[in-house]
Amino acid sequence: MTAALSITGLTFAYPDGRQALHGIDLTIAEGERVALLGPNGAGKTTLVLHLNGILHGGEGRVEIAGLPVTPGDRRAITEIRRRVGIVFQDPDDQLFMPTVAEDVAFGPANLGVRGPDLDDRVTEALAAVGMLEHRDQVPQHLSFGQRRRVAVATVLAMRPSLLVLDEPSSNLDPASRRELAEIIRSLPVTVLMVTHDLPYALELCPRSVILDAGRIVADAPTAGLLADRALMAGHRLELPFGFDPATVSRGV
Amino acid sequence: MGAGHAHPLHLDRDSRVHRLAPEVKIVATLLFTIVVVVTPREEFAAFAGYAVLIALVALLARVPAGWLLKRSTIELPFVLLAVVLPVLGHGERVDWLGMSLSVDGLHGAWNIFAKGTLGVLASLLLAATTTMRDLILGLDRLRCPTVITQIMTFMLRYVDVLIDDARRMRIARLSRGYDPRFLWQVKAFAVGVGALFLRSYERGERVYLAMLSRGYAGRMPSPVEATAPAREWALSSALPVAAAGIAVAAAVLA
Ligand SMILES: Nc1ncnc2c1ncn2[C@@H]1O[C@H](COP(=O)(O)OP(=O)(O)O)[C@@H](O)[C@H]1O
Ligand SMILES: [Mg+2]
Repeated sequence: MTAALSITGLTFAYPDGRQALHGIDLTIAEGERVALLGPNGAGKTTLVLHLNGILHGGEGRVEIAGLPVTPGDRRAITEIRRRVGIVFQDPDDQLFMPTVAEDVAFGPANLGVRGPDLDDRVTEALAAVGMLEHRDQVPQHLSFGQRRRVAVATVLAMRPSLLVLDEPSSNLDPASRRELAEIIRSLPVTVLMVTHDLPYALELCPRSVILDAGRIVADAPTAGLLADRALMAGHRLELPFGFDPATVSRGV
Repeated sequence: MGAGHAHPLHLDRDSRVHRLAPEVKIVATLLFTIVVVVTPREEFAAFAGYAVLIALVALLARVPAGWLLKRSTIELPFVLLAVVLPVLGHGERVDWLGMSLSVDGLHGAWNIFAKGTLGVLASLLLAATTTMRDLILGLDRLRCPTVITQIMTFMLRYVDVLIDDARRMRIARLSRGYDPRFLWQVKAFAVGVGALFLRSYERGERVYLAMLSRGYAGRMPSPVEATAPAREWALSSALPVAAAGIAVAAAVLA
C-alpha cells in the first residue's frame, strides 16, 4: 500500500538565507494519526507548508498517496491541494466569507463542485464538526471554539485524504478542546497534528515525531516519548504540572 | 460592519433589484451614467426624465428617498464648486437678486450639479442593492482584470479585520493609561497606525496562504451558475434604454 504521506530528504531555506529544514524523512501510513512536536521556530509550519506545495524550492521530495508535489504543474497542484487539507492555527486567517456555509463551500467550489453536490459537501462537513445549525451565521460572530470547528469543516469539505492541523488546541477552553478531540478522533482520515499540547498529542496520536532546528530528532510511540524526560527537556518540550504520561490511560 | 459582505452603503432589503445578477446591474448603471454624461447640458427636460427614471428604480428597489439623499451628500464638494462657478465665470452676465452672474458659469454649474447628482444617485442605488461580494463577483464575470477583483476581495476581508485589530489595539493602549486628549500622545497613535499596517500585511499573507491551500487560483468561485438569465439583462437594460430614448427625444424635439 502507498503511504498517505512520504517525505524524503526535504531541505528548505527562506529567501533571507535562513535554513529552516535540514533533510526531513517522514512516512505516514494511511489512517495513522501522528503528532508533530517541537519548540517554537523548529520548522513545523515550514514543513506543513511543503505538504501542499505552498513552499518549495529546496531539495528532496514530498508525495501524497503516491502523487508527487510538483509546484510548477498547475493541475497536479490542484489535486494535491484537494488531497491535503490544512487547518491553520488562527481560524480568523481561514474564514473570510460572509457566511459559514459559503466559507465551507469555497474550497470545493474552487475544485469545480457546483449545485446540489456542493450543498451536500457543505452539509456533510458542517455535520462532521457539529456546526450544521450555524450554517447561515457570520463566522466572525461565532465563539473561538466554534470558529476553529468551522475552519476544520472548510477543509473537510474538500474531502482530503490527509488532514493537517496546526496547533488545533491553542486558545481553546477545556470543553471546546475535548469536543474538537472527539471530532478529530471520529474522522476517517490520516491526521498530522502540529502541537505544543503534549497531553493532546497523547490523547489523539499513537505516534509522535519531534522536530527541532529543522531535523527530526525522534519518531516513536507517543507514550514512550513523553516518558523520556531527558529527551523532552532537551527539546524544550514540557509536560503540564502534575501530568504523568505513565499513569494516563489513553483514549481510544 | 462585521457582516463581511456588507459595506456602509448597502441597504439590506429584498426587492427585484436586489435579486438581479450583479453584472447586469453594473452594466446598466454604467450605461445610464454614460447617457447622462453625454447629454448636452441645455436639454433640461432630458435631465428631468432621468430623475424620474432614478425615482422609479429607487421605488422598485425599496430604497427610501431620505436614505438616498443623506448619502448623496458625498457629492457636496462638487456642489460647492458648482455654486462658485456662476460668480467667478467670464463672459455674458445676468443680474439676479442684485448679483451679477455669468451665464456660462450658470450653465457649467447646472452641468456639474445635474450630471453629478444623477451619477451619484445611480451608483448609490447599485451599492444599496448589491453586497460587496456580489459586486466583486459581477466584476469578475464581466472579465474585469483579476488584479482589481483580487484587491477588492482582500479589502472585503480586511475592512473587518482592520477595524477589529484597531479596536483591540486601542483598548490595549487605553488600558495602559493612554489618553488621546494629550497632544504628546499622538506619537502612540502614529506608532499604533504603523503597527496596524504591519499586522494587517502579515495577516494578509496568512489569509492568502490559507486561500491557496483551499485551491484558490485567482478567481472567486461563483456559487450559482455563471451567467445571468437573458430576462435579467432585458429587465435591467430598461434603465439605460429608457435614458437613451429620453436623450434622443429631447434632441429631436428641441
Ligand atoms: N518568512 C520567513 N522568512 C524567513 N525566515 C522564516 C520565515 N518564516 C519562518 N522563518 C524561520 O524559519 C524557522 C522555522 O519557522 P517555523 O516553521 O515557523 O517554526 P515553527 O512553526 O516550528 O514555530 C524559524 O527560525 C523562523 O524564524
Ligand atoms: Mg508555527
